Amino acid sequence: MTRAGLAALWSHWRRNPLQLFTLIIGLALATGLWSGVQAINAEARASYDAAAASLGEGRYDQLLPRAGARFDQEIYIALRRAGWQVAPVLEGQLSVPEGRVRLIGLDPLTAPAGLVPQDDTGTGSAGLAAFMRADTVFAHPGIADALRASVPNAVVAARRLAPGTALADIGAAQRLLDRPGQLSRLIVLPKQAVGLPPIDSVAPDLRRQPAGQGSDVGRLTDSFHLNLTAFGLLSFAVGIFIVHGAIGLAFEQRRGLVRSLRALGMPLRRLIALLALELVVIALVAGSLGVVLGYVVAATLLPDVAATLRGLYGASISGDLQLRPSWWLSGLAIALLGTALAASGALWRIARMPLLASAGARAWAMTAGRARRWQAAGAAVFLLAALALVWLAEGLILSFLCLGLLLIGAALALPAILDRVLALGTRGARSMRWEWFWADTRQQLPGLSLALMALLLAIAANVGVSTMVSSFRLTFTAFLDQRLAAELYVSPATPEESAEMQAFLAPQVEAVLPILSVDTTLAGLPASLYGARIGPTYTENWRFLQAGPEPWPRVARGEAVIVNEQLARRADLWPGDTLRVAEGLALPIAGVFGDYGNPVGQAIVGETLFRDLYPEVRSVRFGLRTGDPDAIRAALTERFGLSEGQIIDQAGIKRLSLQVFERTFTVTGALNVLTLAVAGFAMLMSLLTLANLRLPQLAPAWALGLTRAELGRLELLRAILLAALTLVLALPLGLALAWVLLALVNVEAFGWRLPMYLFPLDYLRLSGLALLAALLAAAWPARRLARTPPADLLKVFAHER
Amino acid sequence: MNARIFAILLALMPLPAVAQGFAGMGTEAEGFATPAPDPVFDFPADHGPHPAYRIEWWYLTANMTGPDGTPYGLQWTLFRSALEPEEREGWESPQIWLGHAAVTTPETHLSAERFARGGIGQAGVTVAPFEAWIDDWRMAGETFDEVTLTARGAEFAYDVELSAEGPLVFHGEDGFSVKSEAGQASYYYSQPFYALEGTLTLPGGEVAVTGNAWLDREWSSQPLAADQDGWDWFSLSFEDGTKLMAFELRQSDGTSYASGTWIEPDGQTTALPDGALQATPLAGSEVAGREVPTEWRVEVPGRGVDVTVRAINAQAWMEVTPPYWEGPVTVTGSHTGRGYLEMTGYE
Repeated sequence: MTRAGLAALWSHWRRNPLQLFTLIIGLALATGLWSGVQAINAEARASYDAAAASLGEGRYDQLLPRAGARFDQEIYIALRRAGWQVAPVLEGQLSVPEGRVRLIGLDPLTAPAGLVPQDDTGTGSAGLAAFMRADTVFAHPGIADALRASVPNAVVAARRLAPGTALADIGAAQRLLDRPGQLSRLIVLPKQAVGLPPIDSVAPDLRRQPAGQGSDVGRLTDSFHLNLTAFGLLSFAVGIFIVHGAIGLAFEQRRGLVRSLRALGMPLRRLIALLALELVVIALVAGSLGVVLGYVVAATLLPDVAATLRGLYGASISGDLQLRPSWWLSGLAIALLGTALAASGALWRIARMPLLASAGARAWAMTAGRARRWQAAGAAVFLLAALALVWLAEGLILSFLCLGLLLIGAALALPAILDRVLALGTRGARSMRWEWFWADTRQQLPGLSLALMALLLAIAANVGVSTMVSSFRLTFTAFLDQRLAAELYVSPATPEESAEMQAFLAPQVEAVLPILSVDTTLAGLPASLYGARIGPTYTENWRFLQAGPEPWPRVARGEAVIVNEQLARRADLWPGDTLRVAEGLALPIAGVFGDYGNPVGQAIVGETLFRDLYPEVRSVRFGLRTGDPDAIRAALTERFGLSEGQIIDQAGIKRLSLQVFERTFTVTGALNVLTLAVAGFAMLMSLLTLANLRLPQLAPAWALGLTRAELGRLELLRAILLAALTLVLALPLGLALAWVLLALVNVEAFGWRLPMYLFPLDYLRLSGLALLAALLAAAWPARRLARTPPADLLKVFAHER
Repeated sequence: MNARIFAILLALMPLPAVAQGFAGMGTEAEGFATPAPDPVFDFPADHGPHPAYRIEWWYLTANMTGPDGTPYGLQWTLFRSALEPEEREGWESPQIWLGHAAVTTPETHLSAERFARGGIGQAGVTVAPFEAWIDDWRMAGETFDEVTLTARGAEFAYDVELSAEGPLVFHGEDGFSVKSEAGQASYYYSQPFYALEGTLTLPGGEVAVTGNAWLDREWSSQPLAADQDGWDWFSLSFEDGTKLMAFELRQSDGTSYASGTWIEPDGQTTALPDGALQATPLAGSEVAGREVPTEWRVEVPGRGVDVTVRAINAQAWMEVTPPYWEGPVTVTGSHTGRGYLEMTGYE
């Protein structure tokens, strides 16, 4: 019985291979996009963890300076001699030809076990001696060669280190970074002796940061990964629409079969079990396909993601993907979950179907009237909730929730709205043929509504994201123009060289603008403090988002500080508030400036004040205002032997910044295209499956004199009409989406709010694409209809039930 | 001998290197100074470090008694281990320091360790005034004869005063102590006459203690032969005022090399050459998953000594790098008294 039942159920798929194909592809796409995005996130997280592990962040409490980025190692000795088991760490950036390397210095004697790596060859004690004698630097294999070329030390590749990271003995690090006697932080070991004096009494300048809160990069990039996850979820949802459609159709068509099987004595329970088993097998096959697809997606996108994260947050993640077994499991699990989600309704209906209920093959879900009313009610609830969240949302998760509610609400509202519009069309029809066309389109709506919802979401996401990206691009370019005012930027090798050059250049240029900065903590957040030599470059070019009276003169006099938008928003500090810039010095905030593309907070004080606060910080890089950049460049090259790379002109920096920016959104763009493609596919599949069911409805029209070719053309027209109507609704939805992204998500994720610009030409192009997709999706079914043998149409009347 | 530990290299050293005798002490002494016979000591300078030699220690053990008569033991050790035969300022220093501290009661044994690099002030030894320190562990005083000794770990601490009631004692030939038939040797002297008074802080509270302490000073560059893989070392104080230092180096072929010093109450010494004394395990205990002899018969026929040495706490295992056994013992038999026992190389 079981075997016979299975064979009977399976025969449906044999007779409808296209439906099976749709089901499997839909599920595989959903699983693939989802697990691809998850894989990217997992890979990035693994990289962050490796980076954090190399510092013991996460596992150990740390002692950090209350102000500034470094402190004297005598404080370390004082703590050790007071009995505290702490281990010193010095961190810094090392310039190599290919970019910058994060160098970490550790003391292998006091560092917690496991922080100091063995080299890959495991030379052991010679390794420790060499490490401690300051001539070995361990480096991630990706940067080992670049490092070898730029430091005199022996460089050993060590896989365990995070990408872009190198590790050396603390003494070697102090020399390589030119920070003699300086430390960045202390690791507090978990096992401490009894009766120690409080840390504050020994080292009042250090603050203790509990374990697990250290990974700034992880926190900063959270928003980015949430973004990716949201996209993955969107793709998954679109895929599940397809699966839901295919399963619903298959079950609907097998109502007769189900009735027959039950009439033949198969218990309902076993029948349900068989149907579930069938779905599990399909889900596993599709899930496996999906995982492979996910791997391809992840492997293709990962280099761009890596570039994005590096550009946006300075976070290094590995560009190559490792196949992890956990993927297979999570991929298959999500496929099963998705199938269960999509099939639960259909299974429920079969479970509740009276044994002898009419098995009449109603056209798929024709009882949609009531469902549509429910959908409309649901849509109203979702949209109202989204609206409420616009006012109430705080935090990234709620902002995304608002986004989600908006999208789902709009998708649910779509069938009801289209139904109204089509009803209007019917009323306005002049001839019988067009009246039939409108009515028939309306009749088809329930069957197509899922595909149309997918299309709506895809178009809206496209409009929303492209509006955000383009708005960002405009703002960012304008920002670069005002920010990069200096004609030349010079990067000497040492502070001494820099001072000499600045002195040499001062009489020849309009202004020398030294770049003075320290990494510090402001208002409890990681931030950079800059000292600016305030002159016309600043006063004429910089625009403030908000400012008190005369911001620049007050900053120049050391009476005020200006902060970037990120800091202002995160700490809720605005003009008029005060900010503690250093121990015992709080200054009023004179203005807030936009600072796009920078993850951390920033504050600017006058150069004089900065030099008072941080006499040990010397400027290395500086900008130059000059009317004749070429002559200055030539003079610098000739006199100081600077290489090409050490003098960058304004255009070069802008080009570089824009490149970083463009790569930032490559991933988003790619996911956008994928979503649109999935939606197009959903439409194609819906039309194809509907085409067979619709013969009984088309046959009378054919019998009344419409030719097959005309029927085909009308099919095509219908698809375009529906796509166009969806498009009309998708545009405002997309703009609403863009607004939420710019005004809510961006603020939470990056700390800045961007003005929204509209790009009608882009939307026009997108509309063209969407219509083209609909046309392509409808072309094949229409062509098939136009070539349906008249005998098939005639059979409809013969088989009339 | 008080040939003891030096651990740090072990922490990162692969096994083949460790196999060169216990804790790498049998490795070649290339570039380092080697001890020569007929040493002339220069005090207080020789209480300080000798960076030209590979290893060196300030090794103090004490037998103590609480107000209720309970016996206690404590250990305070500062090791110096050189990667290169010189000292340099700052992190470039090739001198590594490590400390071991422990308190033993009849029921518990608590230990701790510390690591530091020379050159930065975290650990070191100065001679006038005398101070030997690593982190907050200190042995310090105006002179070597009157010192305060402190250390603490996660579960214990101690703070005791030491006062020398006798002269320094030189082992071997005037402080030149031979460790093998092949001639490996060290410079080795002791201060076995410290009287002790102070406080132990134990998990159960503070305990006032009095007793006597024994400090060993030893430095060398290759104190063990490559085929020696562990030792058993005794420092025994008898009730008649005489003292015995004895060690036996176990060789890979099953034989051993034994040597010692007989110390009169006034500090007069007699070297006991290989063959003049004998140490035989009587009973073992399972300690930290291995069998360790914690009851011994020690014989010095020439002095009429035939005693049984028993651990006060058989579980006096030092959970440090590398681990070893070190704890207070009682002496019964032809002589009675107390002392310390150290055993290394029991895998």
